[in-house]
Amino acid sequence: MKKSNVVKVGIVGAALWIPSHLTLYAAISGNSSDDYSSILLLTTVAVLVGILIFSALYLYSKTKQISEVMKRRIGTNDGRFSKYIETFDSKQIDQYFKFKSKEGIKGGQGNLLTTLLLTTAMCLSANTASSQSSRSTGSLLTEGGILITLVLILVPIAAGIILMIVKIRQVLKVYQNKENQEEGERLAEYLKEIDGKELENALLKRKHALDYGLNHNELTGHLAAEDDKGLLLDVSNSAILPVVSAKKRATKRPAIDPELSRLILWFLGSATFWLLFGTTVGEYLGIKFVAPDVDQVSWLSFGRLRPVHTNAVFWGWASMAMLGLGYYVVPRVSNIPLVSIKLGWWTLYLINASVILGSVFLMAGINNGGGEYREYIWPIQLLFGIGLLLTLINFLRTIARRTTHEIYISNWYIVASVMFALVISIVAYIPTWQNGLGETIVQGYYMHQGVGMWFMLFTLGIVYYFLPQQLNKPIYSYSLGILAFWAQILFYTVIGTHHFVFSSIPWSLQTIAIVGSVGMVIPVAAGTANFLLTFNGAWYKLPSSYTLPFFLVGVIFYFTGSLQGTAEAFRSTNLIWHFTDFTVAHSHLTMYGIICFFLWAGIYALVPRLSGKEAPQITVGAHFWLALIGLLFYTIPLMYGSTLKGLMWIDGKPFIDSVVLMAPYWLWRAIGGSLMWLSHIFFAYNIYKMLTGSPPVDVREAAIAKLNQSYATTEPEL
Amino acid sequence: MEFFNNHNKLFTTALLLFLFLTIMVCIMPAMTNQRINAALPNAIPLSEDAIKGKALYISNGCVACHTQQVRSIEMDNVWGERPSVAADYANNYRTDFWRNTATLMGTERTGPDLANIGQRQPSADWHLPHLFNPRIVVKESIMPAYPWLFTIKDKLEKGDTEVNIPEEFMKGRKGKVVATEEALQLVAYLQELKQAKLPNGTPEPEFLYPKKPGLANTSKPGAEPEMDGAMLYSNNCQSCHQANGEGLKGAFPPLKGSKVVLDDNPELMLDIIMNGYNAQDQFGEMPAVGTNNRLKPAEIAAIMNHERTSWGNNSRKVTAAEIEKLIKSLE
Repeated sequence: MKKSNVVKVGIVGAALWIPSHLTLYAAISGNSSDDYSSILLLTTVAVLVGILIFSALYLYSKTKQISEVMKRRIGTNDGRFSKYIETFDSKQIDQYFKFKSKEGIKGGQGNLLTTLLLTTAMCLSANTASSQSSRSTGSLLTEGGILITLVLILVPIAAGIILMIVKIRQVLKVYQNKENQEEGERLAEYLKEIDGKELENALLKRKHALDYGLNHNELTGHLAAEDDKGLLLDVSNSAILPVVSAKKRATKRPAIDPELSRLILWFLGSATFWLLFGTTVGEYLGIKFVAPDVDQVSWLSFGRLRPVHTNAVFWGWASMAMLGLGYYVVPRVSNIPLVSIKLGWWTLYLINASVILGSVFLMAGINNGGGEYREYIWPIQLLFGIGLLLTLINFLRTIARRTTHEIYISNWYIVASVMFALVISIVAYIPTWQNGLGETIVQGYYMHQGVGMWFMLFTLGIVYYFLPQQLNKPIYSYSLGILAFWAQILFYTVIGTHHFVFSSIPWSLQTIAIVGSVGMVIPVAAGTANFLLTFNGAWYKLPSSYTLPFFLVGVIFYFTGSLQGTAEAFRSTNLIWHFTDFTVAHSHLTMYGIICFFLWAGIYALVPRLSGKEAPQITVGAHFWLALIGLLFYTIPLMYGSTLKGLMWIDGKPFIDSVVLMAPYWLWRAIGGSLMWLSHIFFAYNIYKMLTGSPPVDVREAAIAKLNQSYATTEPEL
Repeated sequence: MEFFNNHNKLFTTALLLFLFLTIMVCIMPAMTNQRINAALPNAIPLSEDAIKGKALYISNGCVACHTQQVRSIEMDNVWGERPSVAADYANNYRTDFWRNTATLMGTERTGPDLANIGQRQPSADWHLPHLFNPRIVVKESIMPAYPWLFTIKDKLEKGDTEVNIPEEFMKGRKGKVVATEEALQLVAYLQELKQAKLPNGTPEPEFLYPKKPGLANTSKPGAEPEMDGAMLYSNNCQSCHQANGEGLKGAFPPLKGSKVVLDDNPELMLDIIMNGYNAQDQFGEMPAVGTNNRLKPAEIAAIMNHERTSWGNNSRKVTAAEIEKLIKSLE
């Protein structure tokens, strides 16, 4: 179990480290050697300043210790001495009694002033040194020679400071030892002088307590354990070497309305189908990068299939899974039944119809104009829109009838996301503002709001319900959730046009988008902190749960993936990464790493509640690891390769060279994609097992059944 | 807080905030931009064929891999003569009742930018085999093949456009490959994708982040920076004449062993590079690469030297000064 934790931490670390590493790599190699050396200098200066701050803190704490020692000399003795006596260990008590019985005893000064003077001098010199180095940070000269000289000057200064600290430490240690020796002598004097039965009794009692030890058979025995409360379950009498660690089984919960349960399971079942369909298409597209002539059929050509993949996983898989989970969460946290299950079924039909029709139309070459995620022509997207409207009505009416006073934060996110999804669809499909550049501006807005306002908000709402539920503790901070909610609306809405940096849309609009992207740090940091702090104190549950790892991966990618988006929005990074496969890697890190993992977490938490059946833990584990490893194989080579590609473009190398360069990275992408695809097969199998699977025959159940049977057959004879 | 516990107030506020921001950053800018921008006076509207070709471009999802925007940064200079401006898109209207305005700018550049492809590669003789299977002309290409835009006939009929396809790409099929009307329409669209000249007196927007002059070259003041002829060839010539200089039978003439290339007097060779060439029935028309791509004398000299000394060619090298003088005399 420890080992698997280590592995997990390792992977998490890699996930955090690699994007930042790549960012740094890009930042360095994207610029000329001048910038390189200035980054080097900046790092060195930062290290030196760090050393100075550390030494200042160290000296401060040392001075504090000294003043403690000083107080000791001046203060009265009694309280202090009795404290020493209370903390005697068993051996010391023994020695004391030995001495008392024998009666026999024995009893200097230091130069504090010089030490103090020395310390002050050191502090002063440290201060001047730090002010010097900070000044050099301020005026970052660009001449290489000056930079090197500055570093060369700063290095010996830092070395000198470290040496001084070592010296001071020695002086202080000598002084302190001397002081302690004297204090010991004073204590001895005190011990010699006092007498009293009370103290001796107390010491005897203490010694007795200290000497207490277990006899090492308290927890074993041949008798069966007394277990009045029925707390011991799954007792294993023979230790076996497990291949994978066993996880806790889902807790049995009161059954929910079977009608609602059926609706939700249909949503999740459809979602699973669309996941399989959409990612099979995606997998095939990934293969086409490596083998472009794998087929030459018009309906399967890359340009037509690509939107089939994106739309199927968006509107088919993720949206249906979200709605399925939402139909559970919204009435549950409102503490009343869903207003209309019938409307829910209509949503299900409409969305399925829209994805089926949309996919066929796209493959036939009929699309809305090529704008990403609005490739379905309006009559088809309208079906989806009506489905959402029905859901919105259903949710709002349910919430209006809630029996709780407050509206739980999950419902904030969920209802807002459905409202916003409707707004952006209307904005994206109304033709009034879509000529010329208007189309581009709307496209930038729409594609990003689709991701951030529909998928992200809804999924966050789901996490705010299921994460605390699975950890069995309340969300860390309601306020952070509220902050993240408003900040997300404020910043996310304006960032759409960061997909068109350096294009001919107005420069000011590009700048607003970049600023908004930076603002996204607030909701992302607030959300991540909230989730991690909810985990805090319950980390021990992670290894024994098969849903929590999904949540954790989702939280990690929520942080890294979202902030990667911020980093990509800058003009400097746009130079390197825009138009490359970096965008593809980023969208998979987020849509897959965040949204899919959260949705899977929710599904594995919910379905056993509805169906009463669980998936085999081994296939849940296979799903988790294949999806995670596949995602890393998919994204990391793509990010690395596309960084090189961008740099190549900047260098003005022939375009076709950048295509050749990408070949191995596209192969890695196909490999990672295959692992992800395989994990979905496991997921579909797990869903199948949770819906229809029959558990293995339980001996006890079988015996009881047999008894009942024989009872039934023997009864007539009696 | 009371406000947070009232679903009407809470959700209305959230919706209004979102609507307000939507209007501010999306609807208003979109409406303003479609109102204030008009097509450039020099821009030629798409022909009827090209409009149909554009519809094919859309329905086959070409935008998934091809951008149509020259960004205002130096690295995009290879795709166009100037950065794209808002007016370049002003002629892009709603497609029809069922379809929205086409998304052309794109967000992925898996293939080359096409904003100025009509200028950069005007030859239908190149585009047609490239569409039949891109690997005929660009070996390393990963673009899909579009064989369904072509038919294979036993005998040519009047008005048929035959496309010369090498044997290996026929996959054992026999007959003449004829471009369908759709293929010709798509090519017409690509040929008409050109950056219009800005009206007289309008300064062109600048390319930002210009490349810093290489440090290695500044060490020798006065010395001419050595141009990478192979790279320039690859950027400007290779898609037709191929990396091995052998061209493509029936479409693009070989440079290997070519009399024009090997001639001691570079004048004719330079003339063809600068002004294009269309004399032979068996080969496609050559565009005025040098003029279209605004190649500098030093760059042209580097390309010529690469061609004159590669693939077994062994002719004297020309100098940039010589070429510069010759260009003047050509004008």
